Amino acid sequence: MMKNRQASANSPGPHDLGHRRPAPHTAASQHSSGGEPTASPVVEVRDLRVTRGGKEILHGLDLSLTPGSVTGLLGPSGCGKTTLMRTLVGVQRYRGSVSVLGSRPGSPAVRARVSYMAQGLAVYRDLTGRQNISYFARIAGERARNVEEVVADVGLGDVIDRPVSSYSGGEASRVNLACALVANPELLVMDEPTVGLDPVTREELWRTFRAMAEGGTTILVSSHVMDEAFRCDQVLLMREGRFLATTTAAELLTQTGKPTVDAAFLAIITGTDTLTKAAS
Amino acid sequence: MTPRTYLAATARILAQLRADRRTVALIVAVPSVLLTLLYFIYTDLPGAGPLFDRIAVSMIAILPMTTLFLVTSVAMLRERVSGTLERLWTTPTHRADVLFGYATAFVCTALVQSLVLCSVAVWGLEVTVTAGWGWVLLLALVTGFVGVCLGLLVSAFARSEFQAVQFMPVVIAPQLFLCGLLVPRESMPRPLEVVGDALPMSWAVDAVTQVATETDVSAGFVHRVGFLLAFGLVALTVAALTVPRRTR
Repeated sequence: MMKNRQASANSPGPHDLGHRRPAPHTAASQHSSGGEPTASPVVEVRDLRVTRGGKEILHGLDLSLTPGSVTGLLGPSGCGKTTLMRTLVGVQRYRGSVSVLGSRPGSPAVRARVSYMAQGLAVYRDLTGRQNISYFARIAGERARNVEEVVADVGLGDVIDRPVSSYSGGEASRVNLACALVANPELLVMDEPTVGLDPVTREELWRTFRAMAEGGTTILVSSHVMDEAFRCDQVLLMREGRFLATTTAAELLTQTGKPTVDAAFLAIITGTDTLTKAAS
Repeated sequence: MTPRTYLAATARILAQLRADRRTVALIVAVPSVLLTLLYFIYTDLPGAGPLFDRIAVSMIAILPMTTLFLVTSVAMLRERVSGTLERLWTTPTHRADVLFGYATAFVCTALVQSLVLCSVAVWGLEVTVTAGWGWVLLLALVTGFVGVCLGLLVSAFARSEFQAVQFMPVVIAPQLFLCGLLVPRESMPRPLEVVGDALPMSWAVDAVTQVATETDVSAGFVHRVGFLLAFGLVALTVAALTVPRRTR
């Protein structure tokens, strides 16, 4: 099983983050020289620093994501979750070493294979849901999924041919998500995809994410809903531009002795540092 | 830039225009309405016929550039402010796909606008043109193209719709003053004449005046149209190269 570790800025040593198998990993996404190919990380980040407006927001993050894993990024507002995600999809300048699917993030080679769903509603409200999804399908070209199938996946029914401006918050948010899913990405980065959605829809979406992960898609998803941590293979707890811990929801509860992920998270950030002790 | 992503962007922008009929109606109708207004301003002035003809022909060069400049700069800004532009930067879409897509879609509206404007001028307001209306129509379309390209270039530097709208007096007004409509450029102080000669709106007004008053299409007209097209393409290319993909 995965070890828990206090992840700190500039932490040297091996990156156990995201590795569910004990294979030693080589640098950025090459197959190991040995006979059998090991799963090279889809995302490999070392000492990532981002400065915006003269202020450092990310203080030397290390991260690696294995293929087909679902990773939850949890932390309070303003801790740098969105900045980290924007860096991985290539729209944020950074310092440090970042490799996404073996290339620089946002380089032409990987843009077709990565999808990003931002937290805000980044769709064309004057167009219909179908027009929006079809547009992103056309951009994706040959690798795009069938539009109807994606519409069914996100549970958009009758409204699909009405302008997005007439949608409810939840419906609009599903279009937003569908535009990311339709590109059939190898890496799917989602910033709060389930915010504002009812529990039934959330359940359905998580089933979709899980099915995609089983099909080999690597998923990084941020959330405020701490309970969603249980749906992830690994959880990154983030605070003020640093990873506090890399763990799973179950281990988090065991090691903090708290009944809920919320309470466990609070326990960690308020300095009840049981994780460090447990790990050492 | 690939044909697939460029055509996808163009089709999407055209679909947005189709969904926004009121904006399209305004783009198409406003220049004709303004020209008609000018007609009535001059109608009771004794001997104003030739004067109105000159102004009307100049306006066919000026109005498409002005309206399309404003509309495209705001449209591009809206794309940025809504977050969809950043989303596109995470897809295989190239910057040129978006900018040339906008140019193509808005040039389509410019075509309709020019057709209506020229029809109103020739049949409604009886403006006389010596060399033929086809050339005037071509020029109206080309100035519309220049307006689109300038609008896209400016929106690359504006961060909000407010700023984009503020660029209108900065970019359009000096060209309007210096194009020779108010005072012939030869009669201006030498520095202003030189600056005026270098501005695209002056080329457009010169070209359209030429085909309106001369029987033959001169090499000067062809050159000016060529300059205008080249200017538009350069502005568009600069815009495509300067729009930042990444946030600092």
